Amino acid sequence: MVRVDGINNGDALIRVRDLDKTYRRGSEVIHVLQGLNLNVDRGEFVAFMGPSGSGKTTLLNLLGGLDVPSAGTITADGEQIEKMSGRKLAAWRARHVGFVFQMYNLLPVLTAFQNVELPLLLTKLSKSDRRRHVEMALSIVGLSDRMKHYPNQLSGGQEQRVAIARAIVADPTFLLCDEPTGDLDRKNGMEIIELLERLVAEHYKTVLMVTHDPIAANKAHQILHLEKGSLVEATKGN
Amino acid sequence: MAIPLIYNLRSVGKRWVSSIVAIAGIGGAVGVFIAMMAMARGFQATLVASGSVRNAMILRGGATSEMDSAIDRDQERTISDAPGIARDANGTPLVSAEVVCIASLPKKDTGTDANVQIRGVSPIVLQIRDVVKITEGRFFHPGVTELVVGRNVTLTIRGMNLGDKVKIGGREWDVVGVFDAGGSALDSEIWCDQPLLSQTFDRPENIFQSICARLQNPGTFQTVKDSLTSNPALTVDVMREVDFYTRQSQMITTVIHSLGFLVAIVMGIGAIFSALNTMYSAVSARAREVATLRALGFGGGSVVASFVLESLFISLIGGLVGALFALPVNGMTVSTINWQTFSHTAFAFQVTLPIVAMGIIFALFMGLVGGLMPAIRAARLPVAAALREL
Repeated sequence: MVRVDGINNGDALIRVRDLDKTYRRGSEVIHVLQGLNLNVDRGEFVAFMGPSGSGKTTLLNLLGGLDVPSAGTITADGEQIEKMSGRKLAAWRARHVGFVFQMYNLLPVLTAFQNVELPLLLTKLSKSDRRRHVEMALSIVGLSDRMKHYPNQLSGGQEQRVAIARAIVADPTFLLCDEPTGDLDRKNGMEIIELLERLVAEHYKTVLMVTHDPIAANKAHQILHLEKGSLVEATKGN
Repeated sequence: MAIPLIYNLRSVGKRWVSSIVAIAGIGGAVGVFIAMMAMARGFQATLVASGSVRNAMILRGGATSEMDSAIDRDQERTISDAPGIARDANGTPLVSAEVVCIASLPKKDTGTDANVQIRGVSPIVLQIRDVVKITEGRFFHPGVTELVVGRNVTLTIRGMNLGDKVKIGGREWDVVGVFDAGGSALDSEIWCDQPLLSQTFDRPENIFQSICARLQNPGTFQTVKDSLTSNPALTVDVMREVDFYTRQSQMITTVIHSLGFLVAIVMGIGAIFSALNTMYSAVSARAREVATLRALGFGGGSVVASFVLESLFISLIGGLVGALFALPVNGMTVSTINWQTFSHTAFAFQVTLPIVAMGIIFALFMGLVGGLMPAIRAARLPVAAALREL
């Protein structure tokens, strides 16, 4: 279940209350997010839409602990993150969040295997366990045969699938996807969306995705629009 | 666990042009540093090799070198009779009372004059200075105008080969022998009969500049020293020959060291700036990668360590390249004026393992200084903004 009215619905995985984010540009104060509320249950697939500059990516960064809110609280899996120190937040991200970016953000000098292995280097897993996890993640995204390839030897769609494998390999609590199909053609974009759907349906992952693409958004369980710094529920198909 | 090292190593290779600039800067500084240290080390080793722990050098009290020392015949006899000094089979004390003069002789390569040290020695000197071996011809006969010349003298000075006749101090001398002093400073000397040398250079007949005495064994040095320094008839300084030559090398080695450090520091500052530039551009070019690593959960400390290691890796290569370029100077023979004797001393550069290790440590220091600030900058990049950089 996804709610944006600030009413508690039991044990929501992500709970955002009265979230404000302001930026200063010279003497001007820009209110990007104002009094935003959000509840997301485990296993949901949520799409955030809105015009450029509406604060979608800002919201995603706040949910992922990459940025700190000006006011309000963010609770994820029972932990309140907005007051965590930088070091704690890094450890929290490693444990709970899998990121998927528009430009894939793979490290070009590492192979697909090594890129996917990165989050596991922050765990206590042995080398053989890490290998097992990486191979499983790459098989889920259908790239078992591309493990030794470098990013520049892969297509855009394959790169994004490696990035998804990297996002899921450490079994995070939820995935944050920032326009994951933004740099892909329709066919590859849809393959990525189908992969995300599969992760939700078959692996019970929670996915929060920012997108400009209504077709991609329609695949989500719930579409939320950012308007004037707050979220409003949208009807699917709109 | 830290960011994998392979990420940094491959990134260095990928940005090889800017890496090479830093490597060249650091390599240059290290190369010069090693060469200068090898020069100082070679000079010092050459002089130190001239001395033996079995010999004692006795100079006038307060004299800083043989040039300003004087010991008369009576003192020489007292010294010869001191306990602890070795004697030959006939009971003759193994003592060489010596006089040192300087002759201006033309160099082989340029024809310009060089100051060459001529040492008037006792005929039994070879029993005392056992590092010296006659390799060609024979030793001089006492009372005859004959010379034996050091290996470096035949190599660098004109007309100093076996059988040559040479005019020194208004007299014609025959070169009757060539000696090898094991690469020591004595290789740059000419030896002849002491009384004859004193006469030739109008020196007082019974005044010597130094006494080189053979000890019964290295342990009797203190006995000799105590006996001579406590004798009220003598005002002498007694030191082991090896210490004497170490002292003789000090002024030049200090100057070379100082110059070496100065040049290395100036070049090092330049190299640090080139390392800084390389690392800042690496951080700037890889801002999105750093932000991605931070987003994945790698902490600021890991990012600092990662970039510092990368800088250390670049500087290590620079250090090794510098050492490699400096290596050919090893064994290269040059000569310089020894300011304490005013004479030419030939010596070979010595690139030793400790000097190379110092060079590598110097390189790593430059890498650390050049890498730390950019690494801290990398760790402080605003993650959210950097993630979207192209």
